[in-house]
Amino acid sequence: MGYTLNFNLIWRHFDKLWGGLLLSLELAVISIAIGIIIGLVLAVWYVSAGRVVRGIIASYVEFIRNVPLILLVYLVFYGLPTVIDLAYSAQTSFVATLAVYSGAYLVEVFRSGLEAVPRGQLDAGKAIGLTPWQRLVHVRLPTMMRITLPALSNTFISLFKDTSVASVISVPELTYGAQWINFNTFRIVEVYLVVTAMYLVTGYALLFALRLVERWYRTAR
Amino acid sequence: MLGQIAYALPFLAEGFALTLWVSLLVVVLSLIAGVVLGVGLVYGPAPLRWAVRIFSDTIRGIPILVLIFFVYYGLPAVGVHLQSFWAAVLALTLFKIAQVVEYLRGAVASIPKGQSEAAMAIGLTFRQRLTYVIFPQAFRRFLPPWINGVTDAVKGSALVSLLGITDLMQAINQVIGRTYEAMPLYILGALLYFAVNYALSLASRRLEQRFAFIRE
Repeated sequence: MGYTLNFNLIWRHFDKLWGGLLLSLELAVISIAIGIIIGLVLAVWYVSAGRVVRGIIASYVEFIRNVPLILLVYLVFYGLPTVIDLAYSAQTSFVATLAVYSGAYLVEVFRSGLEAVPRGQLDAGKAIGLTPWQRLVHVRLPTMMRITLPALSNTFISLFKDTSVASVISVPELTYGAQWINFNTFRIVEVYLVVTAMYLVTGYALLFALRLVERWYRTAR
Repeated sequence: MLGQIAYALPFLAEGFALTLWVSLLVVVLSLIAGVVLGVGLVYGPAPLRWAVRIFSDTIRGIPILVLIFFVYYGLPAVGVHLQSFWAAVLALTLFKIAQVVEYLRGAVASIPKGQSEAAMAIGLTFRQRLTYVIFPQAFRRFLPPWINGVTDAVKGSALVSLLGITDLMQAINQVIGRTYEAMPLYILGALLYFAVNYALSLASRRLEQRFAFIRE
């Protein structure tokens, strides 16, 4: 194996990777923020809804979970504009896709969290005269949040990794930056070593930070 | 429109078959290697345990797409030439091995220590303890996450389209390139992936029920 590692070209183009990493994080944050809203609304709706609504929400969840993300990304970016009269950038398109994708996973997370809220807490809320809305906001959601926070952190970290799929529609995130350097400098092994380290460090730093948040949230009350 | 799609159906079917073939290879190869490495992680000597731990945590910490590019473009750079099909299978398998290792570790860890001690007390050898005591019990805990992981393998296989391998995803993109019927074809593709994965998840639910009981 006559391969000599030479990182010079990687450092010269490092702005592509650094900017890409920041964009990856940005895509993940915006997507999960929208995904959390989708997931919360649908989960709360699901647990109190009739058969038809439950069926529709369950179909959305099952459909998204069983189709590859890359296909959804293509469908929204290349497919959707052919049938609806709407123009959007690749970045917007990807965020919308990832939000709808994470929403489907989060409905499940929040639904099981809501169902894990002890019955006694709701009865206690009723006993002190809280309205259904107050019971939801002051009793169910805070308790559910504490139960679901670990699953939420895991979803966020896996979404951060899923942002790599944005490279297939040329969104200049970290994986796209890696490919750019791969094709333009041919320092292939070097660039993927650096990018692997960047994903690892960021991922584990996020995990560490989120575990701290979880611990703080558990003891704060 | 329908005529064009009907004309393309045999081509799409070939792509679909390739998707299933890649998924099957990845699932089988990763199961074998993953169980071996998983046993190494739980019972092996310290250096082996560390090696498997680092391998698994690294692989699970990066996007599968990065791993695919790393293997596909990186191996030829260091003088290893694989057909793109096998490079793709290798990358997907490495990714899946890391998961299988974790499922196995979790399943074995869930078996109470007393089981192993009791088996030791009646004089079973290491191999007997695994075959007659630990694995039969751990199997039930291993199965549900593993089958969930099988649907992940089918979904993950769509990424091989980026290496110019004509799987279902790539076949769909090529037919769209000719016909410009993007929406119907993407929906058709989504339904095909959905059909396979939904069938797998239904099967997994049945299997879970079948193995739900725990002998105390």
